[in-house]
Amino acid sequence: MADLLVEFFQWAFGVTLVPWLAMIMGIVVGILAIVLPLLIAVAMSVYMDRKVWAGMQMRRGPNVVGPWGLLQSFADGLKLFLKETIIPASANKFIFLLAPALTFLLALVAWAVIPFDAGMVLADLNVGILYLFAISSLGVYGIILSGWASNSRYAFLGALRSAAQMVSYEVSIGFVLVTVLMCAGSLNLSEIVMAQKDTFMGVNGYWFTPLFPMLIVFFISALAETNRPPFDLPEAEAEIVAGYQVEYSSMAFALFFLGEYANIILMCAMTSILFLGGWLPPLDWEPLYLIPGWVWFFGKILFMFFVFAWVKATVPRYRYDQLMRLGWKIFLPLSLLWVVLTGFFLLLTDKIPA
Amino acid sequence: MIYTLCFYLFATITVFSAIMVIASRNPVHSVLYLILAFFNSAGLFVLLGAEFVAMILVIVYVGAVAVLFMFVVMMLDIDYSELRKGFQKYLPIGGLIGLVLLAELVLVGMGWGLGSPVTTDPATATPALTEMTNTEALGSLIYTKYIFLFQMAGLILLVAMIGAIVLTHRKRPGVKKQSVNKQVMRRRGDAYEIVKVKPGQGLG
Repeated sequence: MADLLVEFFQWAFGVTLVPWLAMIMGIVVGILAIVLPLLIAVAMSVYMDRKVWAGMQMRRGPNVVGPWGLLQSFADGLKLFLKETIIPASANKFIFLLAPALTFLLALVAWAVIPFDAGMVLADLNVGILYLFAISSLGVYGIILSGWASNSRYAFLGALRSAAQMVSYEVSIGFVLVTVLMCAGSLNLSEIVMAQKDTFMGVNGYWFTPLFPMLIVFFISALAETNRPPFDLPEAEAEIVAGYQVEYSSMAFALFFLGEYANIILMCAMTSILFLGGWLPPLDWEPLYLIPGWVWFFGKILFMFFVFAWVKATVPRYRYDQLMRLGWKIFLPLSLLWVVLTGFFLLLTDKIPA
Repeated sequence: MIYTLCFYLFATITVFSAIMVIASRNPVHSVLYLILAFFNSAGLFVLLGAEFVAMILVIVYVGAVAVLFMFVVMMLDIDYSELRKGFQKYLPIGGLIGLVLLAELVLVGMGWGLGSPVTTDPATATPALTEMTNTEALGSLIYTKYIFLFQMAGLILLVAMIGAIVLTHRKRPGVKKQSVNKQVMRRRGDAYEIVKVKPGQGLG
């Protein structure tokens, strides 16, 4: 990226860039190249979400603003932008405003390690998967801080629910990650994707192996991590109004909203990288590789997002004790068992990656 | 240059937030500063090339332990002035403990600086970063040379966990609990039966 920039400046303006300036500019351009499309993707995913629910409930969904209602999200964003930011008198002002910013920030920084194609990644970390796990485990702070700083009972209840829920499901997500990286033999996301090439009978991706149950566990835990239905107890409208978001208005609310959807897309991307083979085509068949990798990756994210919307449209909300039971008594033992089984399997079939 | 700049940035923020942990008036702020301190020490680990330890620090301490701290601190109804009452009284003993810790740290630093036989170049235990990622290096050390110590640490944690559960778990009589298995296993016939009633006779 830096070399390209140096060349471009040489060609366009006839100036030679200093190396460190070129490096910093390269990083900034890389960040913008991820964040701007991501924000548009977030806006469009809200639209898609609403269209999918509408379709499943035999409604039309947003169809007024722009062709087929495509600009609905931007209209909503503009509306939020023009509203007044209200800070409750008894709120802890700094933390109250820090919380949405933190949620949004964490949802964006996680994208730094996502490989969109072979070599198309901003930071190719050795411990990419741990980085993702660390960032997603920080996501709980946005919610817990907003709940506490709002100084409101509903918000506080939402924050407590969310903290307990996210910590619980992180455990099973951690074990699922362990099974995957035991098979892949690397913590680097690009290498994890490449390890999924032709896993079984020419199919790319771990979903076509005995890891399939872990895909389901991961997906359901991802629903809980992102506070999506049927696990949206932190914001359960029917009981605690909107949970931790109840005191927020205007851009502060918009940041929560954007962060939430960016996190959902991130979870879709993680599922595609870990189980569906990332940028690889579904089948290990030469002509399919003619289509660029990022198109496949994008398609997989879109598919996973459709499943997220599908679940929201069809499944009723869990009760809190049932949620905890599912996390601790079913997913935790199951994923732990799968770690052990995977270990045995790899050892006995002599398939431990070098 | 950037490296040095990053180091001083992380180090300054770590020390500052560590002081604020004990200096801030509000316990929730204390926990927040603690998190900031953890986060910046993770940054320091990354600068040292110990990326695995850095990530684990964030995952375990920031992502789980500090959340629970926060959880507890937020729920507590603390009278802040009451907490600070004994400050004068406990200052000497607290200061003494602090001094002992400081002296030990200085001794460790001196020992390392002088290259004493106890700490002969700890870096030789693992191969260089260019040869092996440090996840691999750590794994090949922990699971071979230190396997028993490592497993023992795990067992101690397990015992502590079970102990905590045993101490707090109690059977309360008269509590109605949901048995999901029972609910799932329930069949239509368990709940009602269909009876053919002849007209004019009733069920008798």
